[in-house]
Amino acid sequence: MAFSDVREYTHLTDDEIEAIGAELDEIRREIEASRGQADRDYVTRVITLQRRLAAAGRITLFASFFPPAWLLGTLMLGSAKILENMEIGHNTMHGQWDWMNDPEIHSSNWEWDTTQPAEQWKHSHNYIHHQFTNVLGHDNDVGYGILRMSRDQKWTPYNLGQPVYNFLLAALFEWGVALHDLDIEAIRKGEKDPKLLKKQLKQIGDKVGRQALKDYVMYPALTGPFFLQTLSANVTANLMRNFWSYMIIFCGHFPDGAVQFTEEELEDETRAEWYLRQMLGSANFEGGTFLHLMSGQLGYQIEHHLFPDLPSNRYAAISVKVKDLCKRYDIPYTTGPLYKQYGQTLRTIMKLSLPNRRTSDNPAPMTTREKRRLRDDERPTRRSELGKWSGAASA
Amino acid sequence: MAEPLIERSSALRQLRRVGKAMTTPLLPDDYLALVNPLWSQRELRGRVEKVVPETENAATLVIRPGWGWTFDHAPGQYIGIGVEIDGRFHWRSYSLSSVPLVEGKTVSITVKAMPEGFLSDHLVNGLEPGTIVRLAAPQGDFTVPDPPPQKMLFLVGGSGITPVMSILRTLDRRDSIPDAVLVYSARNEDDMMFVHELRVLALRYSSFTFYERFTDADGILTPDQLDDVCPDWADRTTWACGPAGMLDAFTQHYETYGLADRIHVERFTLAAAGGSAAGGEVTFGVGGPTVDVDGATTLLEAGEKAGVNMLFGCRMGICHTCDVPLASGRVRDLRSGDEHGEPGEYIQTCISVAAGDCTLSL
Repeated sequence: MAFSDVREYTHLTDDEIEAIGAELDEIRREIEASRGQADRDYVTRVITLQRRLAAAGRITLFASFFPPAWLLGTLMLGSAKILENMEIGHNTMHGQWDWMNDPEIHSSNWEWDTTQPAEQWKHSHNYIHHQFTNVLGHDNDVGYGILRMSRDQKWTPYNLGQPVYNFLLAALFEWGVALHDLDIEAIRKGEKDPKLLKKQLKQIGDKVGRQALKDYVMYPALTGPFFLQTLSANVTANLMRNFWSYMIIFCGHFPDGAVQFTEEELEDETRAEWYLRQMLGSANFEGGTFLHLMSGQLGYQIEHHLFPDLPSNRYAAISVKVKDLCKRYDIPYTTGPLYKQYGQTLRTIMKLSLPNRRTSDNPAPMTTREKRRLRDDERPTRRSELGKWSGAASA
Repeated sequence: MAEPLIERSSALRQLRRVGKAMTTPLLPDDYLALVNPLWSQRELRGRVEKVVPETENAATLVIRPGWGWTFDHAPGQYIGIGVEIDGRFHWRSYSLSSVPLVEGKTVSITVKAMPEGFLSDHLVNGLEPGTIVRLAAPQGDFTVPDPPPQKMLFLVGGSGITPVMSILRTLDRRDSIPDAVLVYSARNEDDMMFVHELRVLALRYSSFTFYERFTDADGILTPDQLDDVCPDWADRTTWACGPAGMLDAFTQHYETYGLADRIHVERFTLAAAGGSAAGGEVTFGVGGPTVDVDGATTLLEAGEKAGVNMLFGCRMGICHTCDVPLASGRVRDLRSGDEHGEPGEYIQTCISVAAGDCTLSL
């Protein structure tokens, strides 16, 4: 069910909410003041590891005719893509490493190894998703405009196909992401500025061309007679990354316990309430260091949503403090093992393919909301750490 | 400046294009740098080869630049150096003290540790040979024309000797120092960098006069004393480099005598040129935020205020870390007052202000 007021939902007083906000601000200040060599060493180590993996994978695949080499090369290349997209690209584009003042690792010019242009990602993700997290009609990440993820979203017979769409979305995830910032719904309703659309399509086309040329033409061609073997390895590596990042990302906001909000929540929302919405709308998963590395520290989704631009290697330590804060104020802190979190997500996807009356979940009070997605200049603005678009609406 | 090798050879250019296609969205450099950190042109970089003490608190850094560096700087120019301290890059600029081309594959800068300057102190005392630093290409117009004028005067205070040293060494390489006078002030003999080398030069060239001034004992050289140390100063083309107070005093002195065009001055601080730009609406990235900016606020400051993640380095127009392409409109360079308005032209946001509405590509 979707909530229209985070304060009402948590039963906290205004003073308590402001106190929570102050504590979280304090955590941010502490981390900002202590960023230093160890953090830089972390990210440069991950980048070095990732580039070595990618190079080793590509080289191994020159022997793609030999099945063990095919397998090893594919695994290395797929892992490199996962690391690049999640721990390096996603976090760098959030500005987590901007403080290093290093043009080679900076949000303003990072381009990632996937089909979506970085510039569009920074808008659709850093701004739209992180500012309007889980607000129905604002956050396009709720079901990616393809899946019905809330009982408050209207059911249509189209939703009967959700199990299929879900599988396709997972398999083609990078392509879904590539088109994400176009805002298909706005295009469908004829609200999209055609000039912007053209520019975005050209940007996507260029990026797709470069990515496809590399993975599906150049490297296969370089291996000569084993073109098909190398091609299949590269396709598999991309699929591997697609399924994995899809799963990690869907575990961020859709397991049981993570709640959605209606547009009313955005009205007069304070910074502290924004923090609360991030905590209530996000879900963590548990795991070891390796799992967290391979998921870009998104197992600390709650911490990431509170502090999207703090270095990802700090989220584990931040989570101890956030958990303690949630305990003291009796705020839910959603977490669990990865299989359980994804299991719940999958169940929700299946369940919501049917109309509400067919499913058992306690029916939520239907809330009225505007159906149309708002344009950027109609949206409220608040948070500077989410990147340049946050200021766009106010000016 | 000559193009780097890779730009001159069409075969290399083709190879690079293929390499780029194979490594997109990165560059071949990003992988080559894993093998050798100097094999990258993405950012100019260099390896510190030697740290040679010059005085108690000054040292010469001998740096081997990586790919993309051309060794054809003009003597007297400075470079930017970016050093990583506790995870962050900090940028400063220093005059090259080395001679162009002839010193093989290295360049050198001489740095004096300033009491309040944590970066200069780090460079003198904390930099290990082997450290990789970032570099910015040589620039600056504190240079001597070729051929040099018949009569020259160098007015130098403290670490201002470094660009002059590069000029003198270059002249020495050609075995011809024209009539030149060097008036060099330092607190005392121990504090005077390159003092022995300069004394030797003065012995070898009768045309070169080296006046040493120790300010602890003799006080600061004031413009009215110029007649004593160099009576024909007004006939000479002058290069002055040193503390701001000294430069101001001498510049004024030359102006008084109507000789403002005879003195070349090197300052390492941002001095805004006269004339104010109109300011205007600045858009950060097509579709990005638009803010009203006055003609005195740099685009970098304006962007930061608007919450835009912008790169910066020296914040004084030296290192080019903050460069972004101009999508449309015009901007003014605060230092020179020049306007720039070519679409796609890279502008330095730290020293540029809006001259009317403009859009930056971010």
